[in-house]
Order: sequence, then C-alpha cells, then structure tokens
Amino acid sequence: MCCMTHLSVERPSGTRLSRHLRPAILVSSLGLLLSACSLPSYGGYKGATTQGHDTHLLYAGLFTTAIVVGGITLSLILWSVFRYKKRSDAMPRQFQYHIPLEITYTVIPIIIVLLVFFFTVGVENRVDAVSSNPYVQVKVTAFQWGWNFDYPQLHVDVHGVTLQNPEMVLPTGKTARITLVSADVVHGFYVRQFNFSRYAQPGVINVFDLTVRHSATYQGQCTQFCGLYHAEMLFRVKSVPPAQFQAWVHQQQALGHDKVVAKQPSPIVKVRSTNSRTKI
Amino acid sequence: MTILEEKATAPAPAQSRPEPVHHAEPSGLVKWLTSTDHKVIGKSYMFTSLALMIIGGAMALLIRAQLASPHSSLLSFQQYNELFTMHGSIMIYLFVGPFAFGGLANYVVPLQIGAPDMAFPRLNALSYWLYLGGSIIMLLGFFTASGAADFGWVAYAPLSSAVNSPGAGPDAWIAALILTGFSAIFTGVNLVTTIFYLRAPGMTMFRMPIFVWNMLVTAILILIAFPVLTSALVMLYADRHFGMDIFSVKGGGVPVLWQNLFWFWGHPEVYILALPFFGVITEIIPVFSKKPIFGYKGMVFATLAIAALSTGVWGHHMFTTGVVLLPFFSLLSLLIAVPTGIKFFNWIATMWRGQITFTTPMLCAIGFLITFLIGGLTGMFLASPPVDFQMHDTYFVVAHFHSVIFALVIAAIGALYFWWPKMFGWYLNDRIGKVQFWLLFVGVNATVIPWYILGLHGMPRRVAVYNTGMGWHALNIAATVGADITGVSFLVFLLNVYLSWDKKVPAPNNPWDGTTLEWFTSSPPPTHNFTRIPPIRSERPVWDYNHPDAVAIPAHKSDNNDKHASPPTGASGDDGGD
Amino acid sequence: MKVEGVVLISIGIFMAVVSVGYWFWSGEPSGTAMLIGSVLLGLLPGGYYYWWAKRMRPRPEDRPDATVKEGAGVIGSFPHGSMWPLVFGAGAFLTGLALAFGWWFLPPGAGLIVVATLGVTMQSRRGGTI
Repeated sequence: MCCMTHLSVERPSGTRLSRHLRPAILVSSLGLLLSACSLPSYGGYKGATTQGHDTHLLYAGLFTTAIVVGGITLSLILWSVFRYKKRSDAMPRQFQYHIPLEITYTVIPIIIVLLVFFFTVGVENRVDAVSSNPYVQVKVTAFQWGWNFDYPQLHVDVHGVTLQNPEMVLPTGKTARITLVSADVVHGFYVRQFNFSRYAQPGVINVFDLTVRHSATYQGQCTQFCGLYHAEMLFRVKSVPPAQFQAWVHQQQALGHDKVVAKQPSPIVKVRSTNSRTKI
Repeated sequence: MTILEEKATAPAPAQSRPEPVHHAEPSGLVKWLTSTDHKVIGKSYMFTSLALMIIGGAMALLIRAQLASPHSSLLSFQQYNELFTMHGSIMIYLFVGPFAFGGLANYVVPLQIGAPDMAFPRLNALSYWLYLGGSIIMLLGFFTASGAADFGWVAYAPLSSAVNSPGAGPDAWIAALILTGFSAIFTGVNLVTTIFYLRAPGMTMFRMPIFVWNMLVTAILILIAFPVLTSALVMLYADRHFGMDIFSVKGGGVPVLWQNLFWFWGHPEVYILALPFFGVITEIIPVFSKKPIFGYKGMVFATLAIAALSTGVWGHHMFTTGVVLLPFFSLLSLLIAVPTGIKFFNWIATMWRGQITFTTPMLCAIGFLITFLIGGLTGMFLASPPVDFQMHDTYFVVAHFHSVIFALVIAAIGALYFWWPKMFGWYLNDRIGKVQFWLLFVGVNATVIPWYILGLHGMPRRVAVYNTGMGWHALNIAATVGADITGVSFLVFLLNVYLSWDKKVPAPNNPWDGTTLEWFTSSPPPTHNFTRIPPIRSERPVWDYNHPDAVAIPAHKSDNNDKHASPPTGASGDDGGD
Repeated sequence: MKVEGVVLISIGIFMAVVSVGYWFWSGEPSGTAMLIGSVLLGLLPGGYYYWWAKRMRPRPEDRPDATVKEGAGVIGSFPHGSMWPLVFGAGAFLTGLALAFGWWFLPPGAGLIVVATLGVTMQSRRGGTI
C-alpha cells in the first residue's frame, strides 16, 4: 500500500494560524493523501522518507490540478486559434464585456487556489514537524566544499574532508533529527529521493526530521551555489536497520576515540585554510 | 526650445510629414549622442539590449555545450561560474528589463497617449547613458585579473563578501548594477509623469491602451523595488570595502538580510519584466483578431492586482531558508495565479469569434500564451512550500523561470515585428519571421522541457559537472540541442533584419489596421510625434476613426446583438488614418 | 487626476493591509520596513494627486468628452537635444569605474557630473534654443 500512516509524535510550535487550523487540516490532508495514493507519480520520486512521501503526494495532486487547468486553457487557446482563423472579410462583432463570464473565471481560480493552499498548509506542517524524542540526532555542518556529520549524543563524528563524498548513516524507520548549520557560506542540503532540501546558512540553525522508509544508500548534493567546487560537494545517506546502525555506532565510537586523542583539528578550521580561489 | 502647439488639430492631410522647426540641427553621430527624442532613445535602448542579449545568449550556448557531456573539460569551474553569473545578470538586468521599460515603453508610450515626448527628455537620455555605462562596466568584469563576478546573479551573502569573492570583477558587477538601477528608477519616474501629465485630451485613464496601463504599473513597481536593490548593493559594497559587516555573522550582521532585500526587489522585478510583455500581447491580439480587447477593465484591475500582490511574495524564493513565514508567502504567491488567469481568459475571449490573421506578431503572441502557460502552471508548484523543498535549486526552478522569460522573449520578438514598420517605415520580412518564430518556439521548449524532468530527477542548478551514473546525460543533450535551435532562430532574425533592410518594403502609417494612436502618425513619426490627433472616445481612437460603424459594444449593451454605440463625434468616414 | 490618485492610494491601502498582517504574523523587521516604504510610495503621491483633483477642474485628459482642440496651447518645453545627459552619463560611468577599479577615476567622474549638473541647470534657466 502506498500510503504509510505517518505518526509524527509532536507538531512544532507552529504559527498561531496553523495551531488553530491543525485539527481540520490534519483530517483533510489525510483525506487528500488517501485520494492522492491512486495518482500516478508524474516522474517524481515517491519519497524515501515519510516526509518526502507526503511531499510527493502533494506534488502529484498539484500535477493533476495543473493538467486539468492547463489542459482546459490550452484547448481554449488552440480552439480559438484554429476555429477563428480568418475566413472572410466580415467584421467580427465588437463585443468587449461579459460580466458573468468574467466573474466566473475570477471566482473559480480563487477556489482552486484556496484548496491548493489548504492542502499545502497541511502537508507543510507534517513535513516541518519535529519529533520531541528522535531516535538519533545528527548535527550536519556544511562547509566549502564538504560535509561534516556529528552525532553529539553518540560521540560519533564523521569528519568531513574537502571534496570527499562522506556518508551519513541513519536508522531505517526511525526518526532522525537533523540540525543543519554552515561554517561559511549558504549551502543547500538536498537528497533527491527525500524530496527535500534546506539551506545551511551562517547565523541560522535549521532543524528538521528525516524518517527514512527503506534501507538503501542515497546520493545527496549541495544545491545552493557556494563557490568554486559547488558541483563536487556531494554526500551520501546510508539507511540501515536499527540493529546494524547500533553496530556502526559502536564501530565508529572505537575509531572516533582514537581521533579525539589524536587531536585532529576541526574540519571547519582545516577547510578554511584550503578555501582559496586560486585553486584551478 | 520648441514650444509645442501641435495638439491643436491642424487640418493638414495625414500623409504629409510635418516640418519641425529647424535651428541648425546636428546630424549623424552628434545628433544621436545629444538626442533627447524618446524615439531615438527607445531605439538605442532596444538595440543595445538586443546586442547584450546576443552576448548573454552566446554565454548560454557555452554553458549548454559544457553540460552536454557529464565531465566536460570545455570550461574550467571558474569560467563556468563566471559564465552563468554573467549570463543571468545580463539577461535579467541588462536585456529583458531595459528592452521593455527602456526600449518599448520609451518608444511606444508617448505615441500611444498622444504625447510629443517623455515628460523629462533629458532625464530620459541620462537613463540611457547610465544604462550603457553600467552595461559596459559589467562586461569589463571579464577583463579583470580575478575574472568577472562568479557568485550567481543573486549574489547571496556571504559568498559575495570580500573574503569569499575578492577582486575587481564583483565590484564591477556591483557598480554596474548601481548605475543601471538609477537608470531604471529615472525611467520609472519619467514614465509615471508622462502617463499622468501628457495624455492627449479625452484620453482618460480608462481609455489608455492596456500597454500604457501595464507600463504605468511597471513604473510604479520599479519605484517600489529598485531603490531597495540599489541600497542593498551599496550595503554590499560597504561590506566589501569598509568592513561594515551588515551581511556577515562575524561582525554581528545578518546574512539572510541580503536575501530579504534582494528578493524584495527580485520578485517585483519578475513582474517588471513580465507586465510590459503582457501589454505587448494585449496590443497584438486585438489588432490581429479585429476585435477590441475583451474585459478591458478586468485587464486593468488584474494588472494592478498582480503588481500589488507581487510586492508581498518575495519570501517564496526563501522557503528553504527555514526563516520565512511559509503560509503567508505561499498564499500571496498562489493568489497571483488569479489575476494572471483573468488575463489568460481575456486574451482567449479576445480571439474568440474574431477574424485571426497569422502574421509573425500574432504567431509570437500565441507562442507566448503557450510557453507562459507552462511557466505559470509550474510556478504554482514552487509556490507550495513542501513541493518547493523538493524542487528548490534544481533544474525544475531553472526550467520554470526560463519558460517565463522565454515567453517574454517570444513576445519581445513579436513586439519588434509589430512596431518595426512604425519605427523604421519598412517591414521585416514576414515569411522569414515565421521561420524564426517556429525555430524560437520549438527551440525554447526543447530546452526547457528536458530541464523540468532533470529537476524532478534531482539535478541541481549551477553545477559545471555531474556524475554519469545519475542518468542526466541524455536530457542534457536534448536541452543543448534545444538551446542551439534557439540560437539559430536569432541568427535568422539578424538575417531578416539585413535582408529586409537591403530590399525595403515601405510601410504605410497603419500597416496592421492598428487601433491605437501610434498608428495615426507617419511611419516613422516626426520629431514631436503628431501633427494631428483623431478624437479620442474609447481606447481605440484610430479604429473608431477608421471603422466608425464597428465601435465596441459597451458593457451594459453587450447582450444585444447588433446595437452599436453611436459613432464617435467628429469621426468622418474617410480612411485618413492609413 | 482623480483616477491617478485613487490608483496610487489603493496600492498604498493594499500594502498597508499586507504590512500589518506581515508584521503581526511574522514579526520580521526588514520586510515590514520595506512594506511600509511601499505604503508611503502609494499614499504620498496618491494623496497629493487626490488632494489636487478635489481642488481643480478636470483637465482635458481627465474628461471623456474633451475635444482635441481643448488641448491646444503650450503643453511644455521639449528640447531637441542636449549634450548634458551624455556628459553626466560619462561622469557616472567614470564614478562606476572608480568603485570597481580604483579611486583615480573619481575626480574626473565627479568633475563631469558637477559640470553636467551646472550645464543642464543653466540650459533650463537660459531657455531659448536647447
């Protein structure tokens, strides 16, 4: 079944409006998700995370709307172009106003827009929801041009090195809370199968949840242009079953201990020194 | 100083060229350099911006050539970054906008409202010189030791800081945009004043052609938006050179402030680019359908609504920053679809039951409708924050705004074919024009549609290389082929200009049975535009003059089939306008 | 004049509604500041036009029944040409170069701007053939 029930434990302290509308939106967006299940995927990924899956259903709903609206408009354009091609020298009737018609095509788009907005807010709150007791917390630091994945509670640190393709390991089916920061310029954390991106910015700490649904390795990439080697700022997310994840953590803890003893400079400092535009 | 008394309808025959008062007028180069005639300035703007478009287009073709293979070494990373930055900067800042509000508006607005010139002719000339100077400075960036600006056309802080982007290239970029920013503001002031104060008698606000309305609203948007950009650039410059730390965390600044300021300009800017071309389409479609524009007042209100809403949607460029109010910006952005939809249906209803002739301008108008429809619908996806999280900074976004801008470019080509006979007194060849239109239409959509799919498959924008295993190669080749076809279409345009100039087919005053005042004067118009003006009793004075028995049916009579309003007073049956 | 005023005032009022909503919903200062700027841009000139529209007879371009003859007379002075925009533009160009390439472009740039400003003012005051 394509619709997994998404049990987000707690909603974020959202805006006042969203708090008021929450019950209504929850019910109705569930309805949308159920109906969107039967829609085709329209070339998008179905979403490897529960959050990305919600997004995908909204995308499919929007695509269907766009096909209907666009199809009607395009048919009207093509019809009038081919039907009213000049056939004689007769002067066309010089009509200019038809108030009921104009009101109709003002009101119908407003209704469509409000519906789209309604479902958007529902999905938005689900995607942005942050669990109060995540299974694992990861602090992701983006820098020119690489990524650092720090698991503060587990004392594991996947050191990022410039132009490497580091791997963030996550437990499948469990909620991971990502804290995203940047050491220098604006970067974009993006994994295409997750249908999700978020800026890593200096001066801003972004927090979001990822609940990966299937064990696999996903390719991620920086999407916000960040300087010379933007194109090669890659990373991977490897999702493994929780037991395997624990094994990995233990393995890393053993490794990481040595690293701490060896007093490796923090990756950010290391990268700052290689941040040179004369590289090419 | 020439004191104009031309608005008094002189009984001169329409064909006769007026003899402006001569006093040792300079000629040739000096005349061009010192001219304050809005028509000369308008043409200068148009051809300067077209030349810059060809430069920017050549950059686009280089970028596409680089992306045609995954690990191409055609361009270095540095070159690639400079090229896409300058491609975007040239197209947005120096081509589409200046072509529209500097070129078309300058040329057409005074003619359409029956004015002798713009309100401030010397300020108008200054606008052009600032624009030209700014464009030259931007291109000079390529000749600096550090190369041209390479932080993307949005120059996000802190990538654009002195540490991350040192050198004179970025400074040249800033200086260029400050100059062109002032140029745009001056043009905005000039347009508003001209439209408010220099209309011909009887040309009430609700009788202005929709093009003039759109230019008025564009000018108001310019006045809202451009000062913000120019001040943001001054702040950026101060950051880079005087350590002001406005946009740097270290000095207590806020990098996100740049994005707020930039997009507060950047989203109205989209409509500063688009509204003039909406206006162009609204001029072309009625003329070639032989009908008045459907829902004139609805069009005006839709334009005003688009402008008003567009000032409150800048945050939709920042959905993924995590620091903007998602529902607010999402709702306002989605609402823009409503007035845009009204415009679409009005255009369709204008063609409905018309007698459509398929000249090149009309084909371009239809091409615009289809291309813009794609761009508009995909905009709805990006206005929805969760879907924007998915699409942001991928090729889907690139495809979306290229659909929009390419639609405007198609409309710009239509505008050139439409007003060319008026500007020069001879036609551009229509047959070659149709070839160009089809190449352009097929080319842009063949470029853009693969990009949508690439975006869905996760290809980020502004990457010089990509991995073979991502499955992006074939689509990139398709997009490159499309871009090359688009490039060929502009070669055809240049060829058409040359061939049509070589064997001129002279154009009469009103070659298309046009409806607005510019078609009443000679082609090209005399120095101060009009020797006489027909009575203005609707937004189609020239049509009413030429077709007194086919006046538009007013709103309260539109249900009656054959009752026409009484013909305008003073209109005689002769075809003096042609 | 009245329609001009109403158009600008309604833009101002719309922006005022947006500003208030934005401020109380987001509390974000920079966007609010810019929105308030837009409110003023609508209200100040709009109010000016409206104020005058109340106090003057409609101009020929405001009246739907005006004939072209009513617009006869001097409607303004429109120079055939002037060299000062070019001089000013050259000065601004040099100033722009100074921003990017070095301060030594500034003195000639500023000089040309001053000369052009004086020149264009003189030209307007002197009248006659421009």
